[in-house]
Amino acid sequence: MRTSQQKKQMPYPQDDGPVGLIYGLADSSLILAQRLSELTGHGPSLEVDMGLTNIALDLFGQVRLYYQYAAELLADGRTEDDLAFLRTEREFRSVLLAEQPNTDFAYTLTRQFLYDHFHFLMLKELQRSKDNTLAGIATKGIKEVAYHKVYTSDWIERLGDGTEESHRRVQKAVLDLWPYTQELFYKTEADKKMIEQGIGVDFERLKAPYYKAVTTVLKQARLKVPEVAYFQKGGKEGVHTEHMGHLLATMQYMQRTYPGMEW
Amino acid sequence: MSEQEQMRERSLEEEFTKRIAQDEKIEPKDWMPQRYRQMNIRQISQHAHSEIVGMLPEGNWITRAPSLLRKVTLLAKVQDEAGHGLYLYSAAETLGISRDEMYEQMLCGKAKYSSIFNYPTLTWADIGAIGWLVDGAAIVNQVSLTHTSYGPYARAMVRICKEESFHQRQGYQIMYKMANGTPEQKAMAQDALNRWWWPSLMMFGPRDAESTHTDQSMAWKIKIKSNDTLRQMFVDQAVPQADILGLRIPDPHLRYNPETAHYEFGAIDWEEFWQVVKGHGICNKQRLADKNKAWKEGEWVRKAAVAYAEKQAKKRVRKAG
Repeated sequence: MRTSQQKKQMPYPQDDGPVGLIYGLADSSLILAQRLSELTGHGPSLEVDMGLTNIALDLFGQVRLYYQYAAELLADGRTEDDLAFLRTEREFRSVLLAEQPNTDFAYTLTRQFLYDHFHFLMLKELQRSKDNTLAGIATKGIKEVAYHKVYTSDWIERLGDGTEESHRRVQKAVLDLWPYTQELFYKTEADKKMIEQGIGVDFERLKAPYYKAVTTVLKQARLKVPEVAYFQKGGKEGVHTEHMGHLLATMQYMQRTYPGMEW
Repeated sequence: MSEQEQMRERSLEEEFTKRIAQDEKIEPKDWMPQRYRQMNIRQISQHAHSEIVGMLPEGNWITRAPSLLRKVTLLAKVQDEAGHGLYLYSAAETLGISRDEMYEQMLCGKAKYSSIFNYPTLTWADIGAIGWLVDGAAIVNQVSLTHTSYGPYARAMVRICKEESFHQRQGYQIMYKMANGTPEQKAMAQDALNRWWWPSLMMFGPRDAESTHTDQSMAWKIKIKSNDTLRQMFVDQAVPQADILGLRIPDPHLRYNPETAHYEFGAIDWEEFWQVVKGHGICNKQRLADKNKAWKEGEWVRKAAVAYAEKQAKKRVRKAG
C-alpha cells in the first residue's frame, strides 16, 4: 500500500519549476490519448481503429516517460500513476483542444491533426533542451509523432477532398476547433522560467511555422482556413472546459474508488 | 451435372480425401469440396468476428484502467485483437468471400461469434479473468487448430497463438496481483472467477454427442480435437493455476481423479449456454448495437476514402496520359 497520496497538497499548486514544465508538455498528450482510447473497438473501419489506437499507445508511452521523470524530480514518493490519476482538474496543464470530445470522426481526426503539427515542432525544439532527459524523451518521441502528423494530414486530405459529406463534416470540425489552436503557444510561468534556463521550449517561436504547416495541408485538402477573431485559452492554467471533469472521473475511477491499492 | 462431370468430381474428391489423410495442407487454389469451403468460411469468419466483438468487453475498461502501464498493455492487447480479426478475415477471403460480406453477416446477427463476449465486464478483475480464462480457453482450442487442414487458417493460428499466450500471461498477472493484494482486491478476483468460470467452459461448445458439425469437420481435419476433449484439457490446465492464485473454482463437484489423471467437473448449465447462443444473453443486443453503430457512423468515412482514392487514380491516369 502506498501512503504518498495521503500527502496533503495545496488546493491548486502552481509549480513553476521543471515539473510545471513537464506537466505542460505531457498533460495534453495524456488527455488526447485518453480521448482516442475511448474509440478503440468503435472506429469507422478496422484499419482506422488500429491507426488511432497506435497513436494513443505512442502518446501514453511518451507520457509515462515524462511523468516518471517528474516523479523523480518531485522525489516525494509520488509515482507516474499518482500524477495521472490523483491530480485534480485544476492541476492539469493540458490545452483545451485535447479534452474536446469525439463528436464524430471528423472532430477526432481534426483535433489530432491540429495537435500533431504542434507536437512535432515542439519536440523538435525540445531535443535541444539543456535537460538531457527531456531532450532524450523528445528524440524518442519525435519519430512517432512524425508519423502521426503524416497519418492525420493524409486523412484530412481524404476527408476534405473525398465526398461532399466528408468535406462538410471536416470543414465544420476545423472551424469549431480552430479557436483552440492559439493556446498551444501559451507560456505559463514555468515555461518562461524554463526557457530562460535553456530547458523549456519557446512556444511563441513555433507559431508561424505551425500555422504555415497546417494551412498548407488544409488548402491541399480544399478546406477553408478559418479566420477567427477570438481564441480560447485556460487549460494551461488549469481552467478547463466542462468536458474535462467527466474525462477525469472516468480515467481516475479506480484510483479514487480504491485509494492506495496497487494493480 | 453430366456423367462425365460427376466422375471427375468423384476422382477429385478421392484425391482430396487422400491428401487430408496424409496431413497435407489444402491451399486456396486447390480443388476442394464445396462443403469443405463453406465449413471453413463459417469457422474462420466466426473466429474473426469473435476477435472483433471481443474488443468491446475489454475496451470497456481501457478508459478506466488502474495504472498507465495496465492501460497501455490493455490497449495494445485490444489492438492485437483487431489485428487478429483482420488476419482471419484475410484467411477467409482466400475462400472466395469478401470481408464486407462476412462483416455484414455478423452485424445483422446471421453469423455467430463466441458467446463469451456477451457477458459483461463489471470490475477490473474481469479483465484479468478474461485474459486468464477466456484467452486460456481460446489458446487450448487454437493450438489444436495450428494443425487444421486449410493452410491459410493453420498459419494464421500459429501467429495468433503466440500473441494470445502473451495475453493470457498478462491476464493471469492481473489476477495474481489482485489475489495477493488487499482483501477487497482478492474478493474482486474471486468474484470475477465465479462469474467467468462456467462461461469459459461453455466456450468449447456443446457436448460431443450434441455437436452438429463435429463429424464431418473432424473427418476433414478442419477441427482437430472434439469439444469435450478440449474442454477437459482446459480444466486440467486451469485448476492448478487457480490453486496458485489461492482462488476457489466455483464448482463443488470438482475433484481430481488419480486413475484418469484428469479433473472431473460438475454439470454445465446448457440452458444458459443455448440462451446466450440464441442471442438472449445479457449483452448480445448491446454488442451488436455497438458494432452496428460504429459501422453506420463510419460509413461516410469509408465512402470518403474510396472517393478520394478514385480521384487520385484519375489524376494519375491524366498525368500519365
